[in-house]
Amino acid sequence: MASTARRDVPEPPDFGILKRLARDQLIYLLEQLPGRKDLFIEADLMSPLDRIANVSILKQHEVDKLYKVESRPARPLVLSADIVNADKMSGRSRKYKIIFSPQKFYACEMVLEEEGVFGDVTCDEWSFYLLPLDEDIISMELPEFFRDYFLEGDHRWINSVARALQLLNSLYGPFSRAYGIGRCAKMCYELWRELEEESEGDSQGRKPEIGNIFLMDRDTDYVTALCSQMVYEGLVDDTFRIKCGSVDFGPEVTSSDKSIKVLLNAQDKVFSQIRNEHFSSVFGFLSQKSRNLQAQYDRRRGMDIKQMKNFVSQELKGLKQEHRLLSLHIGACESIMKKKTKQDFQEMIKAEHSLLEGFDIRESTSFIEEHIDRQVSPIESLRLMCLLSITENGLNPKDYRSLKTQYLQSYGPEHLLTFHNLKRIGLLTEQAAGETLTAVESRVSKLVTDRAAGKITDAFNSLARKSNFRAISKKLGLIPRLDGEYDLKMPRDMAYVFSGAYTPLSCKIIEQVLERRGWQGLEEVLRLLNGTEFSEAGSRTVLAVFLGGCTCSEMAALRFLGRERGCRFIFLTTAVTSSGRLMEAMAETRA
Amino acid sequence: MSRSRADEEEYWHSSKCRAFTFDDEDDELCQLKESKRAVNSLRDIVDDDEDELEKVSWSGEPVGSISWSIKETASSSTSSLEGRDSSLQKGSSSNAALPKQVSSYSLSSLFKGRNKLPSLQSLSDALSDTGVKNYAPELRRPKAEYKDYSSDWSPKDTVRRMQRGKVCSLERFRSLQDKLVLLDEAVAGHDGNVITAVLIFLKRTLRREILFRELEERQVALCHLIHFLKETGEQKMLLDLLRFLDRTEEVALSQYREHLNIQDVEKRREFLKGCIGLPFSPEDISHIQDHYTLLERQIIIEANDRHLETAGQSEIFRKYPRKASILNMPLVTTLFYSCFYHYTEAEGTFSSPTNLKKTFKIPDKQYVLTALAARAKLRAWEDVDALFTTKNWLGYTKKKAPIGFHRVVEILQRNNAPVQVLQEYVRLVEDVETRLNLATKYKCHDVVIDVSPCCVSEEKGQKPAFSPQLSHANLPPCAWWGLLIPESWENFQLWKCPLRSDVCWFCCLSRRTGI
Repeated sequence: MASTARRDVPEPPDFGILKRLARDQLIYLLEQLPGRKDLFIEADLMSPLDRIANVSILKQHEVDKLYKVESRPARPLVLSADIVNADKMSGRSRKYKIIFSPQKFYACEMVLEEEGVFGDVTCDEWSFYLLPLDEDIISMELPEFFRDYFLEGDHRWINSVARALQLLNSLYGPFSRAYGIGRCAKMCYELWRELEEESEGDSQGRKPEIGNIFLMDRDTDYVTALCSQMVYEGLVDDTFRIKCGSVDFGPEVTSSDKSIKVLLNAQDKVFSQIRNEHFSSVFGFLSQKSRNLQAQYDRRRGMDIKQMKNFVSQELKGLKQEHRLLSLHIGACESIMKKKTKQDFQEMIKAEHSLLEGFDIRESTSFIEEHIDRQVSPIESLRLMCLLSITENGLNPKDYRSLKTQYLQSYGPEHLLTFHNLKRIGLLTEQAAGETLTAVESRVSKLVTDRAAGKITDAFNSLARKSNFRAISKKLGLIPRLDGEYDLKMPRDMAYVFSGAYTPLSCKIIEQVLERRGWQGLEEVLRLLNGTEFSEAGSRTVLAVFLGGCTCSEMAALRFLGRERGCRFIFLTTAVTSSGRLMEAMAETRA
Repeated sequence: MSRSRADEEEYWHSSKCRAFTFDDEDDELCQLKESKRAVNSLRDIVDDDEDELEKVSWSGEPVGSISWSIKETASSSTSSLEGRDSSLQKGSSSNAALPKQVSSYSLSSLFKGRNKLPSLQSLSDALSDTGVKNYAPELRRPKAEYKDYSSDWSPKDTVRRMQRGKVCSLERFRSLQDKLVLLDEAVAGHDGNVITAVLIFLKRTLRREILFRELEERQVALCHLIHFLKETGEQKMLLDLLRFLDRTEEVALSQYREHLNIQDVEKRREFLKGCIGLPFSPEDISHIQDHYTLLERQIIIEANDRHLETAGQSEIFRKYPRKASILNMPLVTTLFYSCFYHYTEAEGTFSSPTNLKKTFKIPDKQYVLTALAARAKLRAWEDVDALFTTKNWLGYTKKKAPIGFHRVVEILQRNNAPVQVLQEYVRLVEDVETRLNLATKYKCHDVVIDVSPCCVSEEKGQKPAFSPQLSHANLPPCAWWGLLIPESWENFQLWKCPLRSDVCWFCCLSRRTGI
């Protein structure tokens, strides 16, 4: 993949500082409560915390015992109030501190007051907004952002994003140019600007490490997030779920009886070379790599004692490390292959591609139907239905009813609520009577709608909107023209992440806008900022902000674009997401 | 979109999207296997000591990580935990029953804090030389609770201060006008936290109808209030609000949602019965009705079967003890259950599959799939046979399936059907390509032999390259009818006969002409 790559891609800035900041602040908070103390940690915060601090740091600051608080069924805040009240009843006197991360909400204080413990506890904030997961990925670890904003219309996290931008701007900026698309992006941008204006900017005149930012709402492009991922990192995420940049490889991968937790990032020499590759090229790479390894081991055959000593002291360690990684990734590949083969993956990809191109809709619909009838994974079925709906601008009423009925029969009637959610958010809709496929408005304008100022009249569908995917796809040429074979090993464009069948819309928009330095020329233009006073120099590092989550495939595609164009993308996402996570956020099942 | 069918065909034939397949044991997997062997063979050199491996505890967490340590606390200090655990549990259960009424808290005390400035001395020194301080001074000390001395902030400033996490008294905003200006400022500030805080204040200081009326005009604020009510579980007010807004369907759905929290099945059934009258859309009413009927059925079946099982009289329950109760399972699962345990029952009984099929209008396709899976699991091959056998008016029997026979084969295979059974259904697969593949895969050699002469032969030693998308329609009429000799036979080298061997004109022709 390296042949066309440019050599002048900027190095990513050092994000280690973000970790240090978070850790130091945590230590400071712990020291605020001197003496021995127990720490209760909410389950969702565990993995991020693991990336920031370890037990010895906590022990150093007199943390005695650690407890994990499950956020279900009771909310952690009420739970902590219960603890306080129970202690009060039994006449126990302790000090309590609740640390909110990343920020405390007024509603939380209300709950504490209602529970009668306001004043008994002190509150603090751990402004842990940004977790650098890798050299180019920063996650806000807010998976709830997606549901809270896009489904419920709650703006509570916008301030968090704005503060995160402020921090990044102060450390790595100033950002000289900002682009954005979507309503939430605009609000985040505005709030961030406001914060900047208030604080006395001392960053002027510095040479920025990150020059451009691009903010994007997830609902600009659901299609990409819903497609089956084909790059290695995406498949690993879909199959094993990467959590905070690390994955648990079970016995089926490690070919032993234990699981191994592996950090997946640029430090992993094997992973970093295959993460962005299409799955089909990964095998070749791994076998080449294992041959090389074999050869290096074999070298020791002809060695005399001295050389052997050298070999053992200098090379063996590296080789062993590589060997370990190699066998893990080979194991992971095998496991992925096994799972996918079981699931008619081939057929599924075919159905997906037809949906993207708009062919054989009937066939794909019956494929989905059969998927549902056979009670194959509920999340997958939901994903395929959503893909069908978005690409077709809603299902026709007959299909909608029949798919919905079958779904409820297969997976449980309570999913009626899930369907309601999906309709509200616009992921799975029913075409209004009389609306036909051909009546698709062929304007990209919908795509760049900015409704920040506008009044939303239809509350029911307040956040939903028509996708017009087909028209957008045509306009931006998302389905690559076919001339000859698409070489997945030497990809020519971003479409390689979906086997050459589809260029991710989100990434295409970013490409187009960066190329044109704005929205001009794209028929309908959304310009969130008139980029005054920007300096040409040092603006080849772009902060791509995904509000509502970013997938591994999108990151792979943009990394590819970066290599082609000689720029560096840094991803700031509210959370790394995937079709499964999006669907789960919409699902309503019993606790 | 206007591409012709030919284009489409071409698309699927092209190698673009089929650059590799998961299905075949193709070269790449072999390659992978080889690599694995190679790497594994190295193990004996490498695995002599484990010091390079991350230290991992029995549960797989790296030793020293926080999640690992928590598990340790859990296992090592259970005794000290017990007291707390029970209090926790009590707490959470009592909490579930806590009435969530509007309490008479005062907001001023809510927003009043202690003036406690954090000291910076204890901060580890490591930070001071990073230079971070200059860029992000706010980060070094957590937001403490400041006291707000001035009370004359304009609505805009109030909102702004609240956005920065500072404490502001809202009590000052007493006139409706002031309250609404404050709310609008909060919305314009884009901070949901502040919007909700203002709404909490308005909710406490305004009569519901007035609040609702004003919110109707303010959609963003409205969303926040609805979300707040959902989160805090103030169901009654939520329903009032939705009713006020005339969102009847949402009223119904949010009431229906409550059934998820009812654990007791009898109570849940009663509750669902009550839901039938709610203002759902006409289409959803039938779903709710079905939900109720299903649970009602499940309760009956469950009671009956539990009795049968404990009595130990029924062979099927003895042989295959139930793993879980059928209560609250989806309809299809229930159908499977009933096909498994109650297949032969008369339609009159509630637990019979045919009864379920009729009551819930289960489509044929769904029924056959489920029954097939259940009977195959029991290895009741005659039942499987009967499922697909139809008689026409002349009395001839024929095998027919509402699902593709390739699916049938797949399901049978997964249940370890014997080759004779598999073979029969492999033979019925329409598409020759698929038939041959399945036959080879499942070692139904008879079928392979049947199929092979039907295909135009390949050059010796060459791997057959099939084009699966080829269907009847794509064969030129000459080949189709066997009437005309195609212009060039080369074109047909890789094609295969779409019809079954016994009626294939093309094959007859090709055999005759010796190709």
